[in-house]
Amino acid sequence: MPLVFAGVCSHAPGITGRAHLADPAIRDEFYSHYHRLRGALEAAKPDALVVVGAEHFANFFFDNMPAYCIGMADFYEGPIEDEEWLGIQRRRIPGAPDLSKRLIARVMDDCDVAYAQEWKFDHGISVPLHFLTPRYDLPVVPVNINCQEPPLTPLHRAWAFGRALRKACDAAPERIALIGTGGISHWPCTPDSGTVNETFDRDFLDKFVNNRKDDLLAYTDEEVYREAGHGGFEIRTFIAIAAATEGATGELWFYAPIPIFAVGCTVATMSV
Amino acid sequence: MSLYYVQKLMYQLNRDPRVRERFEADPERVLEEYELTDEELEAIRKPDIGLLFVLGVNGQLLMHYAAMHRYPWADYIQAMRDGVEEHGKVREGLYAMLEE
Repeated sequence: MPLVFAGVCSHAPGITGRAHLADPAIRDEFYSHYHRLRGALEAAKPDALVVVGAEHFANFFFDNMPAYCIGMADFYEGPIEDEEWLGIQRRRIPGAPDLSKRLIARVMDDCDVAYAQEWKFDHGISVPLHFLTPRYDLPVVPVNINCQEPPLTPLHRAWAFGRALRKACDAAPERIALIGTGGISHWPCTPDSGTVNETFDRDFLDKFVNNRKDDLLAYTDEEVYREAGHGGFEIRTFIAIAAATEGATGELWFYAPIPIFAVGCTVATMSV
Repeated sequence: MSLYYVQKLMYQLNRDPRVRERFEADPERVLEEYELTDEELEAIRKPDIGLLFVLGVNGQLLMHYAAMHRYPWADYIQAMRDGVEEHGKVREGLYAMLEE
């Protein structure tokens, strides 16, 4: 049946791991929007959650890096990081292997995609789940777009992938919710960690919530790297969600640079 | 330089608890399994987080290697800054993307 929910949120490890170092007022306001997103997600009564993320070498490495991968496991495990470091306890997360298989097959009509029957979630998926499905009772289908090191999939391919994913979700009988998770401008894990280009982010988010395809696809990697840092490559996850909700617009619920979280913290929804 | 193998070691240390246990018990036995230069070996053994950054290790791997050695976040960031100060700008990999 048609997709029942779509949204985006940040996933930086500092959001949970360095929570105690943040200004409590802004942190708690940000968290309240994760909680609001959880409420909206639950109200849509999904049978499964598809998370489009950009993992960071937890599963995929330079020996065999897929541009796109969809999980097809009975269960997942995460976070892979030190539990104390991330502030999230490691656990098993239920998968939806049969649904995964059908989604993958359908996506393959339009886009080539790798699949994985073993997948350890890193903060890229564990942080969103920590807020959105804290009981870990909603089966998850993880989707990865390589946003870490070039060569990266071009933005127009991320769009095509998002469309294909939407077609696949709509063709399934299950009620599926879709969450994209990435950073916009940020320079994670480097000496520039904590820098955020708020102008870039707000401009990007304006294009995102208004679903202006041509503007979203006009960025070059060099421009993104210069203006938004290597973390900015993760705009691919937002672009996939915009494509999955092509023609619809969204609402930006929260945006604020929180330097100790090393990212412009974002929560937004898209109409489905 | 064999940045690929430095990063592979860190990837496997992060992902596989058995590799981590073996590394903690006998690092040299594990290091033998990777194609590493003397400079890389020294940076890994010390560990010289700043030099590893300059050699081009991706921060998404390096931050966990630093955390494994009990670096608080601020010290990890400072170590990279010190590395650039001492060894010059990043030589290859993602952070040298526009130089290549």
